[in-house]
Amino acid sequence: MRYDDPWYDALASGWGESAGVGAPEPVPVPAVAAQRRTGAGERIAAADVYLEVQRSAAFQEVRSRYRRFVVPGFAAFFAWYVGYVVTATTAPGLMARPVAGAVNVAMVAGLGQFLTTFLLAWAYARHARLRRDRAALELRWDTQELTRGIRGGRS
Amino acid sequence: MTGNHQTLALLLFSAFVAVTLAITTWVSRNRRGSAEEFYAGGRLFSPMENGFAIAGDYMSAASFLGVTGLIALFGYDGLLYVVGFLVAWLVVLFLVAELVRNCGRFTLADVIAARMSERPVRIASGTSSVTVSVLYLVAQMVGAGSLVSLLLGGTSVAARAWTVIGVGALMVIYVSLGGMRATTWIQIVKAVLLLSGTVALTVLVLVRFHGDFDQLLLTAAERSGHGNAFLVPGLKYGGDWTARLDFISLGLALVLGTAGLPHILSRFYTVPTAKAARRSVLWAIGLIGGFYLMTIVLGFGAAAIVGPEAVRGSNAAGNTAVPLLALDLGGGSDSTGGTVLFAIVAAIAFATILAVVAGITLASSASVAHDLYASLRHKHAKPHSEVAVARIAAAGIGVVAIALGLLARDLNVAFLVGLAFAVAASANLPVLLYSLFWRGFTTRGAVWAVYGGLVPSLLLVLLSPVVSGSPESLFPGVDFQYFPLENPGLVSIPLGFLAGWLGTVTSAEVPDEAKHAETEVRSLTGAGAV
Repeated sequence: MRYDDPWYDALASGWGESAGVGAPEPVPVPAVAAQRRTGAGERIAAADVYLEVQRSAAFQEVRSRYRRFVVPGFAAFFAWYVGYVVTATTAPGLMARPVAGAVNVAMVAGLGQFLTTFLLAWAYARHARLRRDRAALELRWDTQELTRGIRGGRS
Repeated sequence: MTGNHQTLALLLFSAFVAVTLAITTWVSRNRRGSAEEFYAGGRLFSPMENGFAIAGDYMSAASFLGVTGLIALFGYDGLLYVVGFLVAWLVVLFLVAELVRNCGRFTLADVIAARMSERPVRIASGTSSVTVSVLYLVAQMVGAGSLVSLLLGGTSVAARAWTVIGVGALMVIYVSLGGMRATTWIQIVKAVLLLSGTVALTVLVLVRFHGDFDQLLLTAAERSGHGNAFLVPGLKYGGDWTARLDFISLGLALVLGTAGLPHILSRFYTVPTAKAARRSVLWAIGLIGGFYLMTIVLGFGAAAIVGPEAVRGSNAAGNTAVPLLALDLGGGSDSTGGTVLFAIVAAIAFATILAVVAGITLASSASVAHDLYASLRHKHAKPHSEVAVARIAAAGIGVVAIALGLLARDLNVAFLVGLAFAVAASANLPVLLYSLFWRGFTTRGAVWAVYGGLVPSLLLVLLSPVVSGSPESLFPGVDFQYFPLENPGLVSIPLGFLAGWLGTVTSAEVPDEAKHAETEVRSLTGAGAV
């Protein structure tokens, strides 16, 4: 295998993945660690750990960043796709309007779907890499640290 | 077809079979038969490898043979498939890939069962996964059948049947012996072969038209006999409102179905992290997008160079447009170039079918063993190893797929895949999205969501013109057609979502706050992911 450490995935950075010039710095979010209980002998159930993490400001921030991108993004491409399909069926006249040579509106709209798909995929990956990944990784470590004692060391 | 075609194509195909069997033997040496190994290939594939494997899993015979055939016969209406197939990957990327990787272990049911009372949810979700997989398998089997009947000169029913049986036997061997690791490498090899073949043909088509895409479209439109109507939606799905609604229904099924396909979901478990799953999808989107752009060229190229009459004459559903195009591009049926190119394309199509069926068989055997067997076996019975059950299940699924594949041989492959997508979107997607994103979702909601999508979608297909009541039906002699649309998606997908909501609001069960917290935290951070 090419790497033994599952955390190491710098390999094969797909297109749109390289940290280009002018990319904003990853934005730090407050860590759960700040809210962690410190009582040494305190036994918390795993369920409580997840509830605690879920309520933490750090997690809420990661979740809202995810949703703030995904919800409008999904709405946009889904509306554009359904609009395309519905227009294709209900308004063939509009779709037949020539643009250049044999290429008509229908062809441009179809290729436009390809283009927007590529663009949105790239934007999503960039957003996730810059705005979510680091915070999510820290939360993962914190959560696993908290559950370690409870689950018999399984992290 | 002449003997040369056959010999060369069979030789190339045998070479591919030999290579894949070698891969299977090679990767399965010195492996413990652990579930981790069998279902997920040890989870250590790189994003690029997995991206190629996803592309190999997804670019099926339906796309290569079916969609190009539809474009060659109906022009623009075939293009809708291509757009839907690609846009669907945004749903996967945004809502499914990373979260499923983080929450699940081997199957779709893992993600859902984590929050719910396990047994009923697993049985429901396992059943729907197997159903979707079998439908998808049938499409691939039909593709194999029509390919071989073209190769061996048309009407030989026996040759067709033996091909379907042979493909079925091979897929069972790959899966039972090699598990996910062999399947993945076969997908990768196949993806590279298919992409190379497609690039070569696309270049040849464009060279034929001196790089003038405009000229290609004009020639295709002229040759089709439909003129400009060939380049505008409506040739297949125009006319009455039933056909138009069918088009919308298909579009909806395509875009929402991918995220519910079990063999696609299980691919995310073969990489170590959610981030790697995301990168796999990015690779896949790039490869699949490029491939579909080229199939558009090939489809219009087949219309312009081969002509729709010749395509229809060879296979009424258009499944053989690309091999015919290759024959012509190579210099015609009497030339060496034509023979070679035809044989290569036929062998690539075979490879495509083999790789895809292996992927689907693996995913469905995982559903049978990991979800159904694990939930249904008697508590006191001596537990067989889950992997052993999965290996046997692969053989069982092979038999079912062979039988159905022989039955459905005259339907268009892309259209059959459309049905599988509709069932996946109705039965698997609602429950998956609800359990990932809805705090109040309950066990009853999950079970209802699965059956509420699965049963209507299958019933509507049964009552549709696909099965009876029209000359092109599976059973043209009888008429129990009560539902006008060929694709049930428009009705059954909303029904799946509705049933899940209804089941949840009517259930007395109090949703487990902590379990939801666990799913949410795990899905977004990867904590506790295996």
